[in-house]
Amino acid sequence: MTDVSSDATPRLPRGVRLRRDEVRDQWLLLAPERVLHPDAIAVAVLERCDGVRTVTEIVDDLATAYAAPREQIETDVKAMLADLQVKRVLDLA
Amino acid sequence: MNDMTLPDPAKAARVAPPAPLGMLAELTHRCPLSCPYCSNPVELDKRSGELDTETWKRVFSEAASMGVLHLHLSGGEPTARKDIVELTAHAVQVGLYTNLITSGIGVQREKLEELAAAGLDHVQLSIQDADADNADKIAGLKGAHSRKRIFASWVLELGLPLTINAVIHRGNIESIEALVNIALEFGARRVEIAHSQYYGWALENRRNLMPTREQVMRAAGTVERLRDELKGKLVIDAVVPDYYARRPKPCVGGWGRQSLNVTPQGKVLPCHAAETIKHLQFDYVTDRSLPDIWANGSAFEAYRGTSWMKEPCTSCPRKEIDFGGCRCQALAITGDPAQADPACSLSPFHAKITALAIKDAVADAPDYIYRRFNATPGNARVQITRNNAPVE
Repeated sequence: MTDVSSDATPRLPRGVRLRRDEVRDQWLLLAPERVLHPDAIAVAVLERCDGVRTVTEIVDDLATAYAAPREQIETDVKAMLADLQVKRVLDLA
Repeated sequence: MNDMTLPDPAKAARVAPPAPLGMLAELTHRCPLSCPYCSNPVELDKRSGELDTETWKRVFSEAASMGVLHLHLSGGEPTARKDIVELTAHAVQVGLYTNLITSGIGVQREKLEELAAAGLDHVQLSIQDADADNADKIAGLKGAHSRKRIFASWVLELGLPLTINAVIHRGNIESIEALVNIALEFGARRVEIAHSQYYGWALENRRNLMPTREQVMRAAGTVERLRDELKGKLVIDAVVPDYYARRPKPCVGGWGRQSLNVTPQGKVLPCHAAETIKHLQFDYVTDRSLPDIWANGSAFEAYRGTSWMKEPCTSCPRKEIDFGGCRCQALAITGDPAQADPACSLSPFHAKITALAIKDAVADAPDYIYRRFNATPGNARVQITRNNAPVE
């Protein structure tokens, strides 16, 4: 699995869109020939992937927002970002 | 009226189907290339019959409102439409994910800039082979391959994501690794290694295109290895060949279940080969709205769900997985579109489809019937040199 650095500033590249689907009442991540269905936590992560915030900042923010243990969130967020990077729907730069 | 009455099964079956996920808009059948495996029908729509700009825009709005997510702007060559930028801008505006499926030929850089500015989400570029001469031979146009290389560089410079699509057949199956390398070189994030599916022009050309079973097995191994090596760098999507398969593909995700096609003249089809099923009646977007056609059109209802099935499908535990495979292939091979897809090993016609593949893979006739307007299959042949001797 790709190692996600804490300093990385993840972002959705052009061609990948996080979108609310009003017809089906759900969130979607649209990519070429792909429709991914992020859950509420994944949406919260993806909304923060703006290419400016670092992984550390995203994790800090989520830990505060959800009052959850930081370590657990960091593990989950990094695993999710690594998975999306392999699918080429997220840039880690 | 008694509340306890059970629902009328006829009415229950008419509950609106789930919204489609994707729509293929065949904006035009005009194309500078004449690939012998083209998925367009053998009888191509003429320019004079093409839908006008306002109608396409209305259709895109209807598609978005009914829940379509991906819009594939295709053809023919979609940029042959003078209004391609206006159509793309409209599709973006109504919230559709726009994918331009192009040959990359005849598109000026300015046009691509305008498309990017209009919000185009993604570009899918076809390439015919890794070897330029053979690629041009397959495309039926000299110089095509080198022009595609230039087009790909523009896509990258404009920051648009790129997928390379390569249709695989006997004439390029030994070049899969080289094709994947070209996709990398072109800066693609994704490549489709799509084995030719035998409908339309490809069916006419089956004896010119069919690879041997050994070639198909080797190709599958190559794709698996490359997928592993290029993980995180390039996504490799493969469309498998089904003449040598044991299980049928869930064609278009099930008839009338996930996607629809609109032809240049505005005919709405469940799949691009559906017109080969002669008893079906197709509706036009100029007569009825897209949601109405999707929900109630007789062609969509004909093979939607599982009630049309015969054995071995009826009692098959996989009938909700592969939906009996492909109706058009069932028709082409068995003469009956309600048969199980003969690609399925449970079909009584399975031995026939395998035999056809084996026979065609060694057929001694490597002269392509090129895709052309008014080309009666059998005319318009151009002699080519076979570059891969059959393995068997």
